[in-house]
Amino acid sequence: MSAVSLGALIRAHPRVGAFLATFPVPRPDQIGLEAWLDGLGEETLADLGMTRSQILDHVRRLQQEDRQAGPEPVQALTILGGRDKLGRAEAVELTIRAGEIVCIVGPTGSGKSRLLADIECLAQGDTPTGRRILINAAPPPPGSRFAPERKLVAQLSQTMNFVVDLTVAEFVAMHASCRQVADADVVAERVIATANALTGETFAPTVSVTQLSGGQTRALMIADAALLSASPVVLIDEIENAGVDRSRALDLLVAEDKIVLISTHDPLLALRGGRRLVIRHGGIAEIITTSAAERANLLALERVDAGLMDIRERLRRGERIDEALEPWT
Amino acid sequence: MARPRLVTVAGSPSVGKTSVILRVLDLLAAEGQKVGVAKFDSLSTEDDKAYARRGIPVSVGLSGGLCPDHFFVTNIEACLEWGQRQGLDLLVSESAGLCNRCSPHIEGVLAVCVVDALAGIHTPKKIGPMLRLADLVVITKGDIVSQAEREVYAYNVRLANPRAPVVFCNGITGQGATEIAFHLRHADAIDGLEGRRLRFSMPSAVCPYCVGETAIGETHHRGNVKTMCFEDQR
Repeated sequence: MSAVSLGALIRAHPRVGAFLATFPVPRPDQIGLEAWLDGLGEETLADLGMTRSQILDHVRRLQQEDRQAGPEPVQALTILGGRDKLGRAEAVELTIRAGEIVCIVGPTGSGKSRLLADIECLAQGDTPTGRRILINAAPPPPGSRFAPERKLVAQLSQTMNFVVDLTVAEFVAMHASCRQVADADVVAERVIATANALTGETFAPTVSVTQLSGGQTRALMIADAALLSASPVVLIDEIENAGVDRSRALDLLVAEDKIVLISTHDPLLALRGGRRLVIRHGGIAEIITTSAAERANLLALERVDAGLMDIRERLRRGERIDEALEPWT
Repeated sequence: MARPRLVTVAGSPSVGKTSVILRVLDLLAAEGQKVGVAKFDSLSTEDDKAYARRGIPVSVGLSGGLCPDHFFVTNIEACLEWGQRQGLDLLVSESAGLCNRCSPHIEGVLAVCVVDALAGIHTPKKIGPMLRLADLVVITKGDIVSQAEREVYAYNVRLANPRAPVVFCNGITGQGATEIAFHLRHADAIDGLEGRRLRFSMPSAVCPYCVGETAIGETHHRGNVKTMCFEDQR
């Protein structure tokens, strides 16, 4: 390690550079890491809050992580039933494949969030439901289950907001650089363009993320989850209908081969999934495959939705809605 | 005498330490483990009532006018002895890192740092030994920021601490608590703390203000004093 200059080390491992940049002391490029630490002295190290050996260990681990590959592709996620709140066995073995949408329906408090939580932590019979989750038909290896760089699940929920004080372009670029994607600028542009395609009101890359409307915010979150998040599984807790093209949003996630689970009672979303899970008393009580008749009804509902969207647009433009409306279905 | 497993939980004030601990202890108590908490705070706390309501034994230490972390390290051994007398299987100490340079973690004792996703994505870069030398990092309030911000925040936590697993935990619903419980089950049982060491020194301060000085001015500066440098005076 000492043979390599700090400059070369940081060029090879940007994360080491980002870590060392948090130390407010001069860092010459030409000398090696150990020589630099030797020159700092006890008092400076005490101010930095780490010992020499702790810093060396830290740098070594960041270098190792740079060499590790990302998570393995997930082709299938399997839910093995546990028990419901009344202690009855949940007789379920459900496999969801990449590019599939599964909806979760049930009254408030029935256990929809608990199911999403079981998937997020890859439960192995150690949560209150006793469910087990398999990845590619096997239990996740114990070491990888809780490894942060292998987080399989990205989440989108109605309560989420952007809180960072950055413009859209700066923020997406920052996320791209954390993900260490090649061509971060190109990917960032694509995320913003995709988000704009999902929302009725387009926004500029120079606007602050905290100033986006509800619909714009949701659109950017969905585009980012589809195109920039490494997680192969996306859990969605409702997408409100304010200004987001929901069917296009789902198509986008599916096109990226994500496994999508949505907790929703929105008819357009619930009927778009291939299957829906009915939750009662904390357990999966039934798995309904969307029928041909339901698919036909979905088309009728989409026409109703398009009619409503059209009126919404006209109201936004200041028009009157005086004419007798045709039934859209 | 009981040999409790010991876990130190530290984090800035109001990040949600107590909520996280409650959710995790609920899971462990349901397995039949006897769990207890040593709660450190500076001026006052209501959190002991939250533990007591669940029937979790709790002892409270208020540091008052002392540095809360120095107070913590001088009392943690007595807390462990209290836990032994209570016959605990697991003792969790909860202390607020009031300055980001605080260093509460002990060699060989499972160390948890709780950070708050709402605190801003650069916060992990500003926290010293409390975050960098922890064995497990818990991120709270991740349910109210975007997935993208969660990922950037977790990345910055990873830069600050490449050793520790990172867990998002919702202190209200308990999502994520299962993962934390998994780590707490594997904490080491501790016979005693005599002779053990902190992972890094506490922030040092022996100056007149440590012992009650209130007057401002250079004539009052004695002992361990550090002065700032200004660009225009270099």
